[in-house]
Amino acid sequence: MIMKIAQFILILMVSPFLFGVINRTKAFFAGRKGAPLFQLYYDIAKLLRKSAVYSASTTWVFIAGPIVSLSAIIVASLIIPFAGCSSIISFEGDLVLFFYLLGLARFFTCLAALDTGSSFEGMGASREVQFAVFAEPALFMNLAALAQLTGKSSLTEIFSSSQIHYWASYGPLLFLALFALFIVFLAENSRIPVDDPNTHLELTMVHEVMVLDHGGVDFAYILYGAAIKFWILGSLLTGIIFKGSSYGWGVDTIIFILLMVLLAVVVGVVESTMSRLRLLKVPHYLLVALSLSLIAFIISLR
Amino acid sequence: MIAILLITVPFLTGIISFYTHNDIVRRGMLIACACFHLGLSCVSWFWRPQELLCEWFAFDSISMVFLTITSILFLGASLYGVQYLADESKHNKGVGGPKKFFTQEAIFSGCLLMFLSTMTMVIASQQLALLWVGVEATTLASSPLIYFHRTRRSLEAMWKYLLICSVGIAIALLGILFLAVANNNQSGMLLSDLLVNAAALNVTWLKGAFLLLFVGYGTKMGIAPLHTWLPDAHSEAPSVVSALLSGALLNCAFLGILRIYQICVAAGLREFCQDIFILFGLLSILLAAVFILRQKDYKRMLAYSSVEHMGIMTLGLGLGGWAVFGSFVNMLGHSLTKAGLFFVAGNILSCFKTKKICDVRGLLNQGARRTGILWFAGFLLITGTPPSAIFLGKFMLLKEMISQGRYWISILFLGALGLIFKGMARIFISMTQGHPVEMSEERIFLAENSFFRWSVPMLFFILAISLGIYFPKWLMTSIEIITKGLGK
Amino acid sequence: MNIYADFLIIFILLINLIILSSSRIRVCIKLMAVQGVLVALTPFIIPHSVATEVVIASVLNIILKGMVFPWLLFRVLQDVNIRREVEPVGGYPFSLLLGVAFFVMSFWLDSYLVYSRSVFSNLAVPVAFSTFLTGVFIIVSRMKALTQIIGYLILENGIYFFGSILLGEQSLLVELAILLDVFVAVFVMGIAIFHINREFDHIDTHKLSELKDYVNPQEDV
Repeated sequence: MIMKIAQFILILMVSPFLFGVINRTKAFFAGRKGAPLFQLYYDIAKLLRKSAVYSASTTWVFIAGPIVSLSAIIVASLIIPFAGCSSIISFEGDLVLFFYLLGLARFFTCLAALDTGSSFEGMGASREVQFAVFAEPALFMNLAALAQLTGKSSLTEIFSSSQIHYWASYGPLLFLALFALFIVFLAENSRIPVDDPNTHLELTMVHEVMVLDHGGVDFAYILYGAAIKFWILGSLLTGIIFKGSSYGWGVDTIIFILLMVLLAVVVGVVESTMSRLRLLKVPHYLLVALSLSLIAFIISLR
Repeated sequence: MIAILLITVPFLTGIISFYTHNDIVRRGMLIACACFHLGLSCVSWFWRPQELLCEWFAFDSISMVFLTITSILFLGASLYGVQYLADESKHNKGVGGPKKFFTQEAIFSGCLLMFLSTMTMVIASQQLALLWVGVEATTLASSPLIYFHRTRRSLEAMWKYLLICSVGIAIALLGILFLAVANNNQSGMLLSDLLVNAAALNVTWLKGAFLLLFVGYGTKMGIAPLHTWLPDAHSEAPSVVSALLSGALLNCAFLGILRIYQICVAAGLREFCQDIFILFGLLSILLAAVFILRQKDYKRMLAYSSVEHMGIMTLGLGLGGWAVFGSFVNMLGHSLTKAGLFFVAGNILSCFKTKKICDVRGLLNQGARRTGILWFAGFLLITGTPPSAIFLGKFMLLKEMISQGRYWISILFLGALGLIFKGMARIFISMTQGHPVEMSEERIFLAENSFFRWSVPMLFFILAISLGIYFPKWLMTSIEIITKGLGK
Repeated sequence: MNIYADFLIIFILLINLIILSSSRIRVCIKLMAVQGVLVALTPFIIPHSVATEVVIASVLNIILKGMVFPWLLFRVLQDVNIRREVEPVGGYPFSLLLGVAFFVMSFWLDSYLVYSRSVFSNLAVPVAFSTFLTGVFIIVSRMKALTQIIGYLILENGIYFFGSILLGEQSLLVELAILLDVFVAVFVMGIAIFHINREFDHIDTHKLSELKDYVNPQEDV
């Protein structure tokens, strides 16, 4: 139990570090020195000290949005297994809860964006939801494929069961699932090639524009929530690759964190080498993920 | 030995004629090869020596019938074709153009000979995979022939023909693989082995194989709804090629279906196959009837009539018993009559330079008397007026239908035939009666009086009539053996 | 050995999907060639000894499908001078999803078939069928004549794959004959496309509709 709580606190503390890694990787490709690795911590600390300005046309939904989405994501991180150990909340079918918690977070973010009454945020919200229409089935199919493969429906049990690590006989399925998950991972976290986190042009923003009007503490919650969401979706990916070593809990944790850092580097490389897709092409991109996860699911039925 | 000779000699002659620049020598080679082919096939009725690759290429009773009709047709086509090319080149003398290495006529003769060779390969194959190779090869050998006149329409027809038939034949290849799996994964596809082994074949795989092979070879044969390439290809090709396509090639595809039917009968799937045959046969006849009624192009009408006759043949196969005999008689009559009709159509085309029915009138009432008589006689023969062999064939089908008690089928059959007669009668009568159109004398003279251009169709019609009156004993025994083997 | 077989089969399937959703003809040709080579390599993945006949047949297949056919098609592409395909019927995403649907359908069909499943992996026959169906769909839904040839070759790949999984060896002569047939077919089709382009100035088969039976009464024929 102590281990699990320690792991949970570790998640909460380490996740903003990954964004720093991504930015450093992108700076390396661009020939710059880049922001410090702990920049996101400094940003969150700065924002927590500031106060927010609320427009007269918003309601309680606007204030509730960041709070609810952050809490949903933190609860979701209670379900995710860390380094192959079991999570704090774990029961039959908890992957559906996980999925819907992510959906709840997205829902409230979009609601808060619509609540501002500005067409700017509304446009961002509609784009975000359009992508979600394609991304969520892909993610769900993927998890369903893994669940069908291992015969379990709890995330902890899926990632700790033997079949998932048995690449020798389930190789193609795991490869497809991994690839599809990576595509959805980039979409859910608003990374290139779906959405550029650095853009400031109104026609090209998707996620950034939804949270444009939030400031101060609210914005700190949003940034922190994005970092934890990156972590928990990434740990789905690394969970497929990571095989528990036999050196005990400490070494496992360190290896897992290193794998997550590696994932952040890979995301940085992808962001630097690919260009962002046209908005019309993003559904096609996500349909690729959906097809791959459908195939993985069909294969797992055998 | 004979089979190998019959395949390789035309093929080699074809390759040689690609490179021959002298027109006369090339045409002589064409006729000589056709005579050789007919001679050898007559010989093989009496004497079949030990075959070299005897397992793979041999003639049995089914093949002999097909071989004979193909040889006769090819000889007629080559005689007509040589005359036709000579007349055309007299007209087109002085048509310049860049000197190409392969002249158009060389490609025509070469492909024609290779076409004969590949058709013989289909007929002689006892190994089903080689039969497939032959059928695909006939598609490839005949597609340049369709494009002989280098018009836009013929190019479109050639592309449709090539693609649709190739896809169909690829489906047939899958069917052959299914058959091999049904045979316990052994890949020897000798017909005799399969027939002996028939009871041990896996039924599901065999049914799948039959369906795929029926669809595949049915595309090549022109069974509705897979016939869509047929009207285009047969109407845009030059008449010699149309005659061969309608008269000989469709029969070879029918042979492919017959082979798989033989295996299915031996394995006990006869009812299953017969239901499918009846369904698609009736569909072909009805569809042809619908399309002939409003036809505006006389060669297209002849093509749809081919679809109809293929439907009759399939229907006959599906009814079993004496209807199988009838469908073979129909096949013989149809090949001869349709080839003759296409030859006459070629004459009309070179006289009037148009394929539209409304532009051709009064054939009997002007200088094109012979053509008119032949055209009308052909119409009577192809629609089954006694004493045509086609009448005999249809009558046997009808007799079998009624004796089996399939009244609905016979009503549909007769109704469709009636509609076809009505449609064709309108067309033929409007073409042969009425005020003659103004025509240049020279064209009519050539078409009328070039010996082979009227004598070959006349000979074919006479043969068709004589088959209807008197069936030679040796032919009858052959077909009876087939009927006993396939019919109930 | 089994895991390599599985990966090979999945790659063949993925190539199908990529070709279905790609609009670049050069990419399609290259991928089809890769698929042909992968299919020709199947006898070496099955864990039992390979006869020399099979080796010769495989090598010939690799040469033809991997080098000769793409070269022929690139020649035609150069003459005809097109770069991209027009939107197929239904659009690219629909084609992709249909490709997945073909795979699902083949899987379902496969459960009805009884054959000796010992040697190869479970996925082989469904992937062969879905390659076959993908080829047919590409011929039906694409408008450029060149892509139709690519569809035909994918069809042949699927059939050959099916044959090499389930049947031991064909006699070498028959294999060669079938291969020769396909080669001449592609050759003749290439020449036909060249003529079509010269005559019509395009290779859109949807526009080849001069030969038909129903003529609009308003058109004066």
